[in-house]
Amino acid sequence: MRFIDEFRESEYAKAIVDKIHYISRKNVKLMEVCGTHTVAIFKSGIRGLLPAAIKLISGPGCPVCVTPMTDIDKAIALARQKDVIFTTFGDMMRVPGSLGTLQKKKADEGLDIRIVYSPLDALKIARDNKDKKVAFFSAGFETTTPAIAATVFQAHMDGLSNFFILPVNKTVPPAIKALLDTAELGLDGFICPGHVSVLIGSNAYKFIAEKYKRSAVISGFEPVDILLSIYMLIKQIEEKDARVEIEYKRAVTPEGNKKAMGIMWDVFEPCDADWRGIGVIPESGLRLTKKYEMFDAVKHFGINVPAVEDKTSCNCGDILRGLKEPPECRLFGKVCTPENPVGPCMVSEEGSCSAYYRFGANG
Amino acid sequence: MGKILLAHGSGGKLSHELIEKYFLPYFKNPFLELLNDQAVFDVHSRVAFTTDSYVVDPIFFPGGNIGDLAINGTVNDLSMAGAKPLYLSAGFILEEGFPIKELEEILASMKKAADEASVIIVTGDTKVVNKGKADKIFINTSGIGIIEKPVNISANNLKIGDKIIISGAIGEHGIAVMTKREGLEFKKEIKSDTAPLNSLVADMLSASTDIHALRDPTRGGLATILKEFAISSNVGIVIYEDKIPVKDEVSGACEILGLDPLFVANEGRLIASVFPESAEAVLKAMRKNKYGRDAEIIGEVAAEHKGVVILKTRIGGKRVIDMLMGEQLPRIC
Repeated sequence: MRFIDEFRESEYAKAIVDKIHYISRKNVKLMEVCGTHTVAIFKSGIRGLLPAAIKLISGPGCPVCVTPMTDIDKAIALARQKDVIFTTFGDMMRVPGSLGTLQKKKADEGLDIRIVYSPLDALKIARDNKDKKVAFFSAGFETTTPAIAATVFQAHMDGLSNFFILPVNKTVPPAIKALLDTAELGLDGFICPGHVSVLIGSNAYKFIAEKYKRSAVISGFEPVDILLSIYMLIKQIEEKDARVEIEYKRAVTPEGNKKAMGIMWDVFEPCDADWRGIGVIPESGLRLTKKYEMFDAVKHFGINVPAVEDKTSCNCGDILRGLKEPPECRLFGKVCTPENPVGPCMVSEEGSCSAYYRFGANG
Repeated sequence: MGKILLAHGSGGKLSHELIEKYFLPYFKNPFLELLNDQAVFDVHSRVAFTTDSYVVDPIFFPGGNIGDLAINGTVNDLSMAGAKPLYLSAGFILEEGFPIKELEEILASMKKAADEASVIIVTGDTKVVNKGKADKIFINTSGIGIIEKPVNISANNLKIGDKIIISGAIGEHGIAVMTKREGLEFKKEIKSDTAPLNSLVADMLSASTDIHALRDPTRGGLATILKEFAISSNVGIVIYEDKIPVKDEVSGACEILGLDPLFVANEGRLIASVFPESAEAVLKAMRKNKYGRDAEIIGEVAAEHKGVVILKTRIGGKRVIDMLMGEQLPRIC
């Protein structure tokens, strides 16, 4: 058992596809919340294997795609500060703000912006450059946030005074709630992200079944995982038995990773957050708690950029909420391409538009 | 041992010393020894001619360095026309302060690679630039080879029904360089697949001359080359995910880095489009050569979906394969 190949086996996959066809009756709309699922679904061509009655909709689950323009502007303003080394995950480099992208500003203005693979790399840069101030673009869902929290915790322990973060982290359950409140979507069930759920546990999704009477299955990211999750969802829906189930049992528990979440809630607390294309979702963002406030780059540098409306001529907003599919946007594939993205959904590898563009609609 | 100085590129005494003491001992041959500004020789045949510059960072990586890469790359570019590589040129741009010890190590591996590929470096050039004006060492190699067999090997020559063959597992060079560059370590070290492919191509052509296209999938990987084939020849290509050889350590590294092995660079692999009736014979010949031991037929050329490459996934689905766009950026989650 190596925990990868087994979940890509064609015999298992075929057997599950057959079972889905066998039990599927109603027209249903399922949303895969997470961009990693969107890409996995395209990569293995899952859409083409399902009965016509089952429609898969891509959700807002890519932390890059939902970062509003104002936050990108703040990042650029920070990178422009004297003696600042601005650090970021790679895919944030190409997200357009109202002033352009970090990538472009780096080239045009010679700003010291560096790609890191982990927040700990940013911390190391701070340790190695005591004469500079290092700011880290703290984006991500519950998958990434505990690691950032642990980094801030470490910086605090070490008494580091030249390390800061620009927190734009978001949490997944409030976004799902906002989608459920969007009546026109008419969603029947959710494929919930396995990695996020390793941290938050399946209990965090209880409201989906209890309050909204909708189905949810927490899924792994291999093709067999996703197919099995779809089967479990269809079974629940056909049997009118809305529950929260875990398909990704090899990693997810009902309680989640309490230790990691403990660190996260020590360092961060909920706040309202603006989601690009969607708008403000209550309690869906994270800000530093009082104890760690001194690591807030915006406060430290007194950054004040005007709030800009996320207006692009594209349909990213509707696409992020699952109201439209990427090819329905008139810019898709013409003006807006992965080389030259207009909206954020085309920037990240895990954005819906990028996935549609790269893998074609045949998936 | 010392470092490269600007004077090493001045054309004066130090330049001579550099050539006589370091370059000549490694590349010694009757053409180069004359120390003329050019090499003179006869060629009575169809000739293939190519050039390529090497700027890889890091210059030393698991399984090779910029030197053997520069030889193998040009040898392979010639081989992909069905040519037998003969003569190479080598141009060096050195950054002031570059350690001579490292230069020697690179020259030694160039010699080793050239010997293995049976090519000789018949002319060369060295320049030194100010510190910071180049990154350690850049190498350009050009080469000529002769085409002895009546073949027409070209990206626009794929024929419907052709079998697509890959000579071995994909992605090793790209992952080796990337892990070294990013300071990542895996339990099992992933080595670059850099290798000269001229003997492999010679073996293939001995088995059959019905080879319609050959390409080494370097930057952009297997996916990009297949897409180029499909567009150039205006045909469709279908490949099967479960037939494409990928080593466990490469697929594991790709999982962690969020990369797709189909787009990762190779330096010792080739893709061939071969007339279907000859495919088995070519495959058999390839598997006897050490650089084709893991060769597989991974797909075929189709009359439908012209210009489009379709991958049949392991679970029976399908997806479109496009070229690599921009750089693969590491993702957040």
